[in-house]
Amino acid sequence: MKQYIVTALVANKSGVLTRVSGLFARRGYNINSLAVCATETPAFSRMTIVAEADDATIKQITRQLDKLVDVKKVALLSPDKAVCRELLIVKLTLDPAQRPEIESTCNIYKAKMIDLSPASLIVELTGEPNKIDAFIQVVTHYGIIELVRTGLTALSRGADNINDLTDYNDLF
Amino acid sequence: MEKQDNRCGRPLRGAEIIVQCLIEQGVRHVFGYPGGYIIDTFDALWLYRDKITHVLTAHEQGACHAADGYARATGRTGVVMSTSGPGATNLVTGIATAYMDSVPLVAVTGNVPLASLGRDSFQEVDITGVTMPVTKHNFIVKDVRDLAPTMREAFAIAASGRPGPVLVDVPKNVQQAVCPYTPAAPAPRSVGHFTPDARARKAADVLSAAKRPLVLAGGGVIRSDACDDLRAFAERHRLPVASTMMGLGCMPADHPLYMGMIGMHGSAAVAKALNECDVLLAVGTRFSDRVAGNPQKFAAQASIVHVDIDTAEIDKVVHSAAHIMGDAGQVLRYLDNAVTVSPDAAWTERCRALKNDFAYAFSSLPLCPRKILHGIAAATPADKLVATDVGQHQMWTAQSYPVSHPRTLLTSGGLGTMGYGLGAAIGAATATDKPVALITGDGSFHMNLNELSTCVKNKLNVKVFVFNNNVLGMVRQWQTLFYQKHYSATTLNSPTDYVLLAKAFGATGLSLRKNEDINAVVQKAFDTEGTVVVDCRIGQDEFVLPMIPPGKSAADIITAIEEKTE
Repeated sequence: MKQYIVTALVANKSGVLTRVSGLFARRGYNINSLAVCATETPAFSRMTIVAEADDATIKQITRQLDKLVDVKKVALLSPDKAVCRELLIVKLTLDPAQRPEIESTCNIYKAKMIDLSPASLIVELTGEPNKIDAFIQVVTHYGIIELVRTGLTALSRGADNINDLTDYNDLF
Repeated sequence: MEKQDNRCGRPLRGAEIIVQCLIEQGVRHVFGYPGGYIIDTFDALWLYRDKITHVLTAHEQGACHAADGYARATGRTGVVMSTSGPGATNLVTGIATAYMDSVPLVAVTGNVPLASLGRDSFQEVDITGVTMPVTKHNFIVKDVRDLAPTMREAFAIAASGRPGPVLVDVPKNVQQAVCPYTPAAPAPRSVGHFTPDARARKAADVLSAAKRPLVLAGGGVIRSDACDDLRAFAERHRLPVASTMMGLGCMPADHPLYMGMIGMHGSAAVAKALNECDVLLAVGTRFSDRVAGNPQKFAAQASIVHVDIDTAEIDKVVHSAAHIMGDAGQVLRYLDNAVTVSPDAAWTERCRALKNDFAYAFSSLPLCPRKILHGIAAATPADKLVATDVGQHQMWTAQSYPVSHPRTLLTSGGLGTMGYGLGAAIGAATATDKPVALITGDGSFHMNLNELSTCVKNKLNVKVFVFNNNVLGMVRQWQTLFYQKHYSATTLNSPTDYVLLAKAFGATGLSLRKNEDINAVVQKAFDTEGTVVVDCRIGQDEFVLPMIPPGKSAADIITAIEEKTE
């Protein structure tokens, strides 16, 4: 099993997310994260899907996705030729005595404090998933009240766009 | 998809736009059932009744199977129409049947008005949600300006590439709303243009190196209208050909190179050839578990060359040594020129011997199912179509009925839908004006026999042969073989009198009890005008053999069962 980053250009209309997530559920593919949002072209959304799969399964995932009428383009991103980012927002319990320590932890990770109340603070952090994982581990002992993370989003490096990426059929 | 240009075209109600779009596509028959939320579109069908004939069935499921049978028999896209809620959900089995067998179908459903959607209104069902996993694509049209483009896209999607069903859900107020309509020519069927690439050349090389080649033709060959290409290719390179059940008819059953059907109940000759071949060229087939029970051991000695228009089928079940993505006809024509196969003479001889040495066994009981099938094949007229339901009778038909032309056998392969046959026969009889023999069982027939009324009302030339053994024979066979003869819920013993039943529906009833009467009774059925039901009393412990047990490979084939149950 390997982690794959699937990037897809899809029609920006209702039901598309259901079709994609339904496909994964129905065919029993493991999905780690799925991030989707509108693009610069109102007609299209961009999806980034992180899936755990063996070679045969990722081949199926890309090809089955490509069959959906609303999916316009599917490609696989290789992590060393792409920038991958995730956003974390985490709400921590605030013990005033620990505030300097939390601040210095945030500085090390280049995390930003974006909300403060007498008993809590909210921190945002952008980075690759392993950095986010590490940060969560470090701040756990301060007391996490709740957290959200977006799931991975990614783009290929350089001037290429999704249409220029290698045909996934040539990767297998 | 462009919204329709408002500046030109004459204003029409959405309902009329739907029907106009059907006319654009050359649709001449619609199967369906009206109801409150599709009443407007039925009103439009009434207006255009000189152009489109609506066939009213007894149940929406029958209508959907009829549209499916119509499509399988003709290659044209079948159309079914129903109201919302229960009307729409009754289509689901028919849509799933078409989906599994790649049948081009457009289903138009009405729905509650937009303002009532999402409020659990009367007869409201989220039918696009329900059918998402069993349609190639589906739509709900919320703006009348999208209606014509959506209908056109639905037809384009249904027929393009690997065909499949498309559902268009139209809320009532959209059917009533008015919008300018401009006719458009239907888009040509798109199967893509195959250009030989490195993959194709590799596939040609693998095939050229074959000494013991075998071709496996699936339903894709028929969907692609590539049967002539297949035959020319096989003849030129002396390639033995086996087919899947969906591929039956791709080669004439009596063609010297044709070896028979593959699969769980396929020919033992094919099973042996499959185990011995060194290259298997599989065209338009997806290695279902009924074909490749054990994918690891499938064609154990062979390099597999897989040709399919659906890229997702490549390497889905069995790993191919080489593959070509493309339309079966285009690829076969390419291969015909690109390969130089010289099969060993011993292999050609081996395949011929395997075929000649194998025969499906006849029953020793007074009425033999296979002999009935031979009787039906021999009866005139010769140009009849055959539909089946699902179970033992279906397998006997697939094994023993000599299917000689594509699109003349209508059977539910992938979904295995009991109750499919009568609807399909209605569709085929409507489309072709040829007699249709429905081979069914007493289990399957009971599921949708209400459609006899549709047959009789429309004076359809449908001859129903009920292989009546009082049990659900196929499940019983499994219970005998794998479940210690626990005949749980498979003994039907229904007191139905099929001759009287036929009479009650206005059809003719006949009965068949022994082999000696087969030719006379069968011919009488075909000579009798209209719909005929023949009660064929066969034994309850007939087996469908050979059988490769589920999950096993061709080497584990069962060709005879020693012990007979009482």
